[in-house]
Amino acid sequence: MALLQISEPGQAPAPHQRRDAVGIDLGTTNSLVAAVRSGSAVVLANHDGDVSTPSVVYFAEDGTAIVGREAEAQSVVDPMNTIRSAKRLMGKGSADLAGTWLAGHYTFDTGDEAMPAFVTQAGNKSAIDVSAAILSRLKTVATESVGGDLVGAVITVPAYFDDAQRQATKDAATLAGLPVLRLINEPTAAAVAYGLDRDETGTVVVYDLGGGTFDISVLKMQSGLFEVLATAGDTALGGDDFDEAVVELLSSLAGVLDLEDRGAQRRALKCARDLKEALSDQESVEVDWDIDGSRSWQGTISRAQFNTAIEGLVKKTLSPCRRVMRDADLDNSDISAVVMVGGATRVPLVRDSVSEFFNQTVLTDINPDQVVAVGAAIQADVLAGNKPDSDLLLLDVIPLSLGLETMGGLAEKIVPRNTTIPIARAQEFTTYKDGQTALALHVVQGERELVDDCRSLARFELSGFPSRVAGAVRIQVLFQVDADGLLTVSAMEKESGVLATIDVKPSYGLSDGDIESMLKDSMDYAAEDMHKRLLQEQRVDAERVLEAIAAALAADGEDHLDDGERAAIDGHIELVSQALSGEDGDAIKSAVEALERGSASFVERRMNASVKQLMAGQHVDAVVAKLEESEEP
Amino acid sequence: MSVDFSDNHFQLFDLPVSFVVNQAKLTQRFQALQRELHPDRFASATAAEKRWSMQAASLVNEAYQNLTKPLSRACYLLELNGICIDEETDTQMDSMFLMQQMELREALGDAPEASDPFKALDSIRADLNQGIDSSAARFDAAADSGDWTTARDVVREWQFFDKLKREVKSIEARLDD
Repeated sequence: MALLQISEPGQAPAPHQRRDAVGIDLGTTNSLVAAVRSGSAVVLANHDGDVSTPSVVYFAEDGTAIVGREAEAQSVVDPMNTIRSAKRLMGKGSADLAGTWLAGHYTFDTGDEAMPAFVTQAGNKSAIDVSAAILSRLKTVATESVGGDLVGAVITVPAYFDDAQRQATKDAATLAGLPVLRLINEPTAAAVAYGLDRDETGTVVVYDLGGGTFDISVLKMQSGLFEVLATAGDTALGGDDFDEAVVELLSSLAGVLDLEDRGAQRRALKCARDLKEALSDQESVEVDWDIDGSRSWQGTISRAQFNTAIEGLVKKTLSPCRRVMRDADLDNSDISAVVMVGGATRVPLVRDSVSEFFNQTVLTDINPDQVVAVGAAIQADVLAGNKPDSDLLLLDVIPLSLGLETMGGLAEKIVPRNTTIPIARAQEFTTYKDGQTALALHVVQGERELVDDCRSLARFELSGFPSRVAGAVRIQVLFQVDADGLLTVSAMEKESGVLATIDVKPSYGLSDGDIESMLKDSMDYAAEDMHKRLLQEQRVDAERVLEAIAAALAADGEDHLDDGERAAIDGHIELVSQALSGEDGDAIKSAVEALERGSASFVERRMNASVKQLMAGQHVDAVVAKLEESEEP
Repeated sequence: MSVDFSDNHFQLFDLPVSFVVNQAKLTQRFQALQRELHPDRFASATAAEKRWSMQAASLVNEAYQNLTKPLSRACYLLELNGICIDEETDTQMDSMFLMQQMELREALGDAPEASDPFKALDSIRADLNQGIDSSAARFDAAADSGDWTTARDVVREWQFFDKLKREVKSIEARLDD
């Protein structure tokens, strides 16, 4: 595709001001990292000189994790220690493994119900560990390429990922020491790259069929604003499944019934993948399949045979297509373009079926493998603050309804699917027994009526509210979905205003405590380094806060603060400065937190004032300038 | 919410408190607000500013959705006028209306068995849309004259139509899969 020209020459910030940030497409089969360079988003080449790194990790006996092409080479030789497609297991529990592609190819430790692990010679590895190894490798590629530290990354996830899958992705980044600027949805990232490149206005469908996931999103785009109207998909459907179908076809033709050897399985898959790719531009292909060293099969496979083998899978993608159109209340005539994303959309049957469904020629002239990373890089550049004048804004939605378990195992929807995020919904609860001081909540995600058919996200135990007669305690529970699509729950007793204590037990993945201890245990960080790293992070954070507050005080401190309030804030600033001169990270952190608490009402007052002005429709430009000033001093 | 957003949803978008809404203006104000308030604008801000931005952007999203859908807008107007529409309370409904509801419900039950179920559902949807349009017009008139009791009764009928329309959608989804 054409390089994306996203800034006028001369508009790029001076080099010393630049804050490097990258976009990462963490894919099922391949991962890419991209960055904006002199106004254009480019995909960065790895050590092998490839822009695309296979999402394959080989765990060596000494515990080393080898990522990418070198790992892939181990796939046939040492299949059990070479993990591929770990993305399929992100945010999944042991019970989800049964009958999946992965279950047939690896040995798992399912002792931890919330997080199954691949059994390797280097010990048990969860999908989060595998993803962290991939991210860590991409981070190295990026830092070497930009020649310095990154402020962070925008990481893409399938739009149809649920809360647990998103959280797992974020946790993997944390383990890799990579700050996450934002998780964005893959089709949305693709739309950004496509839309900005063509300066497109209209309603666009993005059909994204990757290695292991399928997403379909409908977006309205207009002068930098990308508003997702609806999204649907299948997080366990992709090109990998085509390969499996081809292996079945080959096996039946060759009369092979016993593909049990893991090495032979990998060889068959490789053969199937090559065949699939060749059939994208040839009508028939000669196959020479080395089954297991002693047996082999030769023959010709036509595209028609291939189409028959994958027909059912392609058809499976069309029902989410119907659903997004229905959810967005749109007809085919409303759609100005259908953009094809993901390697599997190279398959002619996919293109033809989607063209037929939307009754228009689909767009296949953008690089389907790179467009997601490119879009993420553009967004990362904006979020890092390198483009204060950018009018790029993504308004995305929550893909699956969030609900609570009610009496009789029913799920009550709190936030319906396709609600624009961020969003907050409050729900009130009361006690049903005299003297009750605790309340349990079960949060689920999904569209089905019964809790058992939905995805369990977490169980919350609220406690610490006053003891009263039944019904007298009113607890307001707030469900907040942030811009990453992640849910947090907080609760308050309404009469007393007392915040209830929340004990969260995630149904899948890691708790905050787990991540902390994993970080501490991580071999990459000896205790000393860890301490230094944390101290450094606290320092950078403290300096940022100081700068922001100073700029705000200079701008309109006098308008919003009386002398006493000003003195209190100055006192907090002084304490942070003092802490900064020391070596105690915890002291810096608590001083910063005190400053943030102490200045919270000032921050609110000036922002509310800005918004009031904005709403009154006066001097919009002046307010915009002011807000930006306070954002990036 | 600690943010001092005491304004009602109409004021938030600088619109008159009225059932009739200038949708183009609403959308334009929504976009202008999100361009300033969205957390993406605060990615490198302090924790306090980030939190504020998330709350403000959440409120704007909520308010926009609330005013965009005519039924939720009507419910919100009732709420602003101190009228409670509790779906549980048993109010006397017009018997003609109840009859019509029963017929529609029956037709809905038969639709999946029809020779062309999608066509049958389309015809039911057309009836429902007619009911919804008439509800909206009657609500507008009642709200205009400040007759909130009538307005509430109209909303209750409207809710029936809306519920059936959602059922049409979910039957279509089932037939698709």
